[in-house]
Amino acid sequence: MSVLIRRNAMRVGRGSSIIHPVIVRITHWVNAAAMVIMIMSGWQIHNAYPTLPFEFPAVLALGSDLTGALRWHFAAMWLLAVNGSIYFVYGLVSGRFVSKLMPIRPSDVIRDFRAALAGRLEHGDQSTYNAVQRLLYAGVIGAGILIVLTGVSIWKPVQFRILTTLFGDFDAARLIHFAAMSVIVLFLIVHVVMAILVPASLRAMIRGR
Amino acid sequence: MSRNSRPPHPDTVPILRETAGHLDSSTRRLFLRGALGLGTLTLLCGCDVVDGISAETVLSRMSDFNDRVQAWLFSPQRLAREYPESAITRPFPFNSFYTPNSPDQAPVIDPVKYHLNVSGLVDDRSDWTLVRLYALPRVTQITRHICIEGWSAVGKWSGVRFSDFLRLVGADLRAKYVTFHCDDRYTTSIDMPTALHPQTILAFWFDDAVLPRRYGFPMKLRVPTKLGFKNPKHIGEIEVGNDYTGGYWETYGYNWFSGL
Repeated sequence: MSVLIRRNAMRVGRGSSIIHPVIVRITHWVNAAAMVIMIMSGWQIHNAYPTLPFEFPAVLALGSDLTGALRWHFAAMWLLAVNGSIYFVYGLVSGRFVSKLMPIRPSDVIRDFRAALAGRLEHGDQSTYNAVQRLLYAGVIGAGILIVLTGVSIWKPVQFRILTTLFGDFDAARLIHFAAMSVIVLFLIVHVVMAILVPASLRAMIRGR
Repeated sequence: MSRNSRPPHPDTVPILRETAGHLDSSTRRLFLRGALGLGTLTLLCGCDVVDGISAETVLSRMSDFNDRVQAWLFSPQRLAREYPESAITRPFPFNSFYTPNSPDQAPVIDPVKYHLNVSGLVDDRSDWTLVRLYALPRVTQITRHICIEGWSAVGKWSGVRFSDFLRLVGADLRAKYVTFHCDDRYTTSIDMPTALHPQTILAFWFDDAVLPRRYGFPMKLRVPTKLGFKNPKHIGEIEVGNDYTGGYWETYGYNWFSGL
């Protein structure tokens, strides 16, 4: 009920009210920078001893070698952690996560996904997300939590031993860390393509409306 | 920053003259650079936006910060996981700091002529023969060796608890660092809390046999709470001291603490 009211209130105020508060916009762009550093340095770390039988192209890898890549990775992780915490706590406390992303009904996702493929999905109203967007945003937040937890468990497998054991020991945690990265990169591709196709969404994340 | 929306305070001009007025432009620029260099924000700026503060400087400072965080996180009691015999990785991987990365390059050490030197802040600086070292009380562990490159392997090491050895030679246990000088010219150093951790051992045996040449004959420091490169092989000298000594890989930029 309260969700309905809040969403209606947003609809009424459309056009004049702020869609993305300034804290969301700042943390979004800081997160974008931190994530790109983490992903590209992570690729260089993978290249040092490829667990999966391929290497990432050198142009896409950050850090001249393993040493440089690790220094980037372990510096940017603090930026990601501090910024991510602000975003996460704000999202929970303000009710933004619930009002923007809930509910996610499978039937709505299927309907909106079909509409998107047919090119019939409405993107005129930037204040509400369609079901596919909700699923993707909620999913990438989940992948973000997973990549941080697996990251901690392979950074400190002795000090956070329980966490490492939970993920099935060091090697498994490292693979899950990689899988979460893959999910995030796939999301990023879709996200950037959609931002280009729907410039109003990009404008909203810069100017707020 | 300098938008004149409010009238300036009457004292502003004299105060500015008193303080900032004395700074020449280059000093002011230096101050501004310093101010901009603070914090992780610089990380976003990258290397060339603020000249004088390179990405390298920021990354080095962050690595030092990570040393302090890891020392704070490290628990002297928390133990690395120990595994059953069935989990042992065979063959155990070989890795070295020299090129080519081949066991043929490992030093050949004569067990009869071998002596371990103990130096720095210790009461007893006498040399140790292998016969004396082998006679020390023995503990065994099956733990995971985790390499900074990302691979890991489970091995079985036996030897004396390093804390027992340090007490035996009357080392100053309040000293900051223990440095290892190896017979293949490798060096590394660790913090005293890690040196005193119950699972930190001087290993003379590997997989129930004398530690083979490829894995560090006659002795290797086994530290399951640190990355592989902090587990030096072919140790020739152990030095206790308060001055930071770094190590071979550390000079190339690997994080010094590298705890697990």
